[in-house]
Formats: sequence, structure tokens, C-alpha cells
Amino acid sequence: MQERTYEKYFRQNRLPHIWCPGCGNGTVMKAIVEAVEKRKLPRDKTVIVSGIGCSSRASGYMDFDTLHTAHGRAIPFATGIKLANPELNVIVITGDGDCTAIGGNHFIHGARRNIDLTVVLFNNAIYGMTGGQASPMTPLHKKATTAPYGSVDRPFDACQLASAAGASYVARSTAFHVQHLTDMIAEGISVEGFSFIEAVVQCPTAYGRKNKMPEPAQMMAWLRDHAVLQKAWDKLPEEKRSDKFPIGVFLKRQFEEYTKAYAEVIASAQGGKK
Amino acid sequence: MTEMKLMQGNEACAAGAIAAGVRFFGGYPITPSTEIAETMAKKLPALGGCFIQMEDEISGMGVVLGASLAGRKVLTATSGPGFSLKQELIGYAACAEIPVVIVDVQRVGPSTGQPTSPSQGDVMQVRWGTHGDHPMIALSPWTVRETFDAAVMAVNYAERFRTPVILLMDEIVGHLRENVQLPNASDITVYPRRRPTKSRAAGYQPYEPEQDMVPNPADFGTGYRIHVTGLIHDYTGFPSGSPVVTEKFIDRLHRKIAIAQDEITHYDEFFMEDAEYAVVSYGGVARTAYEAVRKARAKGLKVGMIRLMTIWPFANKIIEQTAEKVRAILVPELNYGQLKYEVERAAAGRCPVSLLAKYNTLLFTPDEIVDGIENLTGGRI
Ligand SMILES: Cc1ncc(C[n+]2csc(CCOP(=O)(O)OP(=O)(O)O)c2C)c(N)n1
Ligand code: SF4
Repeated sequence: MQERTYEKYFRQNRLPHIWCPGCGNGTVMKAIVEAVEKRKLPRDKTVIVSGIGCSSRASGYMDFDTLHTAHGRAIPFATGIKLANPELNVIVITGDGDCTAIGGNHFIHGARRNIDLTVVLFNNAIYGMTGGQASPMTPLHKKATTAPYGSVDRPFDACQLASAAGASYVARSTAFHVQHLTDMIAEGISVEGFSFIEAVVQCPTAYGRKNKMPEPAQMMAWLRDHAVLQKAWDKLPEEKRSDKFPIGVFLKRQFEEYTKAYAEVIASAQGGKK
Repeated sequence: MTEMKLMQGNEACAAGAIAAGVRFFGGYPITPSTEIAETMAKKLPALGGCFIQMEDEISGMGVVLGASLAGRKVLTATSGPGFSLKQELIGYAACAEIPVVIVDVQRVGPSTGQPTSPSQGDVMQVRWGTHGDHPMIALSPWTVRETFDAAVMAVNYAERFRTPVILLMDEIVGHLRENVQLPNASDITVYPRRRPTKSRAAGYQPYEPEQDMVPNPADFGTGYRIHVTGLIHDYTGFPSGSPVVTEKFIDRLHRKIAIAQDEITHYDEFFMEDAEYAVVSYGGVARTAYEAVRKARAKGLKVGMIRLMTIWPFANKIIEQTAEKVRAILVPELNYGQLKYEVERAAAGRCPVSLLAKYNTLLFTPDEIVDGIENLTGGRI
């Protein structure tokens, strides 16, 4: 039997978790620790920072220094940690509402600064914790308790947002594509700069039940059938794309990382240069 | 003592914070507090510290809380609208017990109000601005020199009690320039960052209080793997829904400050020996009040003055004693009446308390306060 080496990264005494049966959040949490293991991040020099929401509860189960902040504010807290002590590896866990609604401004500014954070967005397309209200990533015409006739608010593509705002690494995967998801996160960790990984997750309770997919297996099948690897996506004619979405690495580029740039400010203020 | 130099209140605030060990500043520019950020932007990198201009005051608050958890002593500064935006995370700092100093250089509100005009309109917001029950420490200096001391004290209290501390300035003191002589670094007492006194193996619990009722959560990156949350938590730091834990937790937050109240309540008494009337004043207004009391004395009025430096926790004892002794108290404030009601509460009917309120952007003149004193005395000398 394969050894479950990732288990050491969990606080066994905090489990079982609070998530619903069939929720995708646990899968992404596991993918994160497997990526941490793959990248051999020293555990005592790794900090997990989360916002507020079902997804953000993950920090409490992970055996690192962990910080469960306020709704939408994980990225500013994480920025402070990283800038105060650049030797720390900082991973941010956030939800679609947390990251792109209340925390939207912090999200684009984190990407703009290109500070070395790995941000994993658990996208369940809904506000799970508060019982199924629409989020800025709820697809058009899908139902939510606050969009009982279907949402007419155009959703964000968080990957495009991160790219446009200046991130160094942008990728997407799903809770169905576990190995792929782990690889996407692991690569994000290794990139120096702002890395953003959108993990599309099933929320059978708050999203599925409202949108004709009440069973976790139905939602998993939906993820399997609608996620298209980037290469195949590029060849897919427009009319066949409909409600499908691409997964894979969308962007990887080099640009000076923020704490590195600030170290130069310190050197110059201390009379090293200029 | 160092040599005499001309300094602005906001600059003295930055200098005091640095002297107390602040090495991280995050914030968003706003008049009349901006010089604090500008001074920090210039001075911190040379000391190996960091300055970061954030996208708004909410993130300005979040970034310093993150830095504090990573082991830095931190400061943020703002005014009016920005102070309103910071409230949720001030509550977070109170609940998660994260040391942080927030400077609020008050200006006229509500809303954008009168951005460049002095006010004392945030006195109650400082105490009650964020939701829920928590104590607050707020210090309000009246001179440039005292602004330096108050900044040192604010940082020390934030570290000692692991709590947010508000340095409550106003536009008068913030933009005032005075000749000051700052103390030598060796004469400044600095409260060090609290550290765990036990190892994890020996049963360390990050939120278990010490004798002084304050816990020692470890800085991130030091091997303790702690959990920090704004949910009510037990000694382990993990959330608890228990009514017993909740009650004990909220009690402890209050008690850790309450048991030190006498020690952190600072005030001055002037001409109080034979006083039959008293002026209770604070911040920039106390400067005018002091001049007014001297003028009234010259007219033969037996009036004294209590100048509050610690606004919160409120200086109940000295107000009780004063109310016992005098015939009436006057509280001049640059607002519609805020701390007056707190003075009245503490006086508890021992003597009448009158408000002299001004909220039209202009400062009090000494004569206005003298008139206020004369009204109080009913012309009686
Ligand atoms: C300032 C503030 N506003 C609102 C809330 C209530 N609230 C908690 S979680 C949440 C939405 C969570 O949705 P999302 O970020 O998508 O995470 P999920 O629960 O779906 O994982 C809201 C609105 C809050 N905690 N704080
Ligand atoms: S409501 Fe949705 S996101 Fe929240 S735990 Fe349940 S299934 Fe998961």
C-alpha cells in the first residue's frame, strides 16, 4: 500500500473537518500539502493564510503556522508576513467570494506588486458558508439564493484578472483532476512572484442543489466533462466551447519579485548604492 | 538629551514609534496624517525596516497585522474616513491579540467633512468603533514632545498587552511645530516582543495567559505552528463554540487591561490645590484650555485643570476625586460633545459638568474658554 505521507501535514486532532459529504474542498487541501511535500518546503518556515468561507476553514486543519483572517483580507495579511520575513513561504487559501468580491481589490494589488505568494482560489461558484448566495464567479443564468431567477451579473474570469493585474504564474485545475491540480500548485510554489491557481471545486450543497446537480458524483462528472486541457482548448472551435473551460498553465513569466525589490530599497537607503 | 530641534507633531510620532522599535509601516495616505507615512517611508529602510503603501486603509491594517505576527513591531496611521475603514481589523487585532499601534490624526467629519481642519470627533469611535465587546487603550498627546513619548508608550502597551493601541492625535498637534529635545536612545524603555516560555513538548498553548492575563502566541516561523483566528478560541488558539470559553475569553480581554488601569492612566493636574472649578481637557484643545485657566486665575477665579493623556481606559478615579472637590467642571471639546458624557458619568452627580462644544473648523480662543469658566462660576470668585 502506498504510504500516505501527506497525512503528517494535517492536525489530526482537528479532524474530522466541517465540510459537507462530497465537498471538493478537502481534495484541494490535500493537493496543497502534496505540492508542499513535492517542493520540500520546510514546514516551520511555511505559513498558510486564509480568508473567511468554507474553503478558508482549511487553514485550521493544516499543521503549519496558520492564519485565519477576516473575509477578503488574506492577501494583505499574507503580504505583511512575507515582507516582514521574506524567508517564509506563504500560501493563501481563499474562496471565489473572498478573493474576487470583498477581497477583489487586494487580489489585483497583490498580483500587481508581484509579491511571492501562492494563492489558491477554491472556486465553487457560490457563497458556500453563508448558504448559497451568488458570487462574482457564479456563471450567468445559474441559480443562487440571491439569484432565484438565475444570475444576470456577468462573472469574472479570475485567471484573466490575475494575468492582467501582473501575476507571475496563473493556472487552473479542478478537484476532479487531482494529479493535475497538485502539479499546478507545485509549479506555482516554485515560481518566485505572485502565483495564482484557480481550483474549481464541487459544492453539492449550496451550488449543486440549486443547479440540478445535487449529488457530488454529478458535480464531479460535470467537472470531468467541462474542463478541457489548454492544448485541446486552443483547438476547440468557438461554438463547441459553450460552458466548457480550459485548465492548465495560462501564464508563466519573470518579473522582479516584491521582497527582492524591497531588499534593494533597503540596501540603497543604507548607502549601498546611489 | 539630544540637541534641540524644530519638529512637527507627526514627525515626532514617527520618531517615537521608531525609537520604540517599530520596523514596519503599512498604510494609505490621508490628510492630516500623511507626514507620518512619509517619514516612515524615508526612515524605515535605512534601519532595515519596511514601508508599504497599500491599496486602502483596510489592507493597510491587514498588512501590519501580518507583519506583527511575523515578529515585527508595527504602526499604521490614518485620519477620519480611513479610521472608519480600519475598524473591522482593529477588532480582529483585539480578538487575535496582535500588537499594533494605529494613529488617528482627527479631522472634522462626518464623511469627508473638513479634511484640513482640527477636530476631536473620533473619541467615541476610538472606544466603540468596531463591533463587539473589547477594551481599548487610547493616548492623546498635547505637545510635540509628548507625541514622541506617547508613541513610545503606545508601542510598549501594544506589545505588553498584545492589543491594538490608538494614538489619538488631532490636526492641531499633528501639524504643530515646536522646538523639542528628544531623549537619548539609552533612556528610552522598550517593551520587548513577548515570547513563549515553554516548548511545544512541555505543553505550550499559544493563548494560555501568563500571570498578567496576557498570552504569548509565538511569532510565525519560529517552529511552534500556531493557529491564529478572529473566531473566539480557547487556549489552543482553535475556535470554540462553548459558552464557557466565550465568556472566559471576553472577560480576560477586558481584565488584562483593567488590572493595569492605574498604571496606564496618565494625566496632569494644574492649579488644582485650591480649585473650586475645574476644566477637563485633552489633546490640542488642552493647550488653549491651559492658557484660559491661567487667564482666569489672573482674574481671581479659583479654577484648575485636569489634562487627560490616557483617554481610554477612562480616568475614572481622578474625575471622581475632582468632582468631589469642585463646584463644577467644564469640558471644552472640538466636537458636538463626546468625552463630556464620560466625565459626567464618572462625576456621577457629585458636581455639574458643562460642555463647551465647537465644531465649526475653528480652534477655541483662550477667551472663549475663559467665558465658559465664568459662566460656570456664575461670576462668583
Ligand atoms: C465582512 C464580512 N462580510 C460578510 C461575511 C459573511 N460571509 C462569510 S463567508 C461569506 C462568503 C463565502 O463565500 P466564498 O468566499 O466563495 O467561500 P466559500 O464559503 O464558498 O468557500 C460571507 C459573505 C463576513 N464573514 N464578513
Ligand atoms: S456548503 Fe459547499 S463548499 Fe461549503 S462545505 Fe458544503 S459542499 Fe463544501
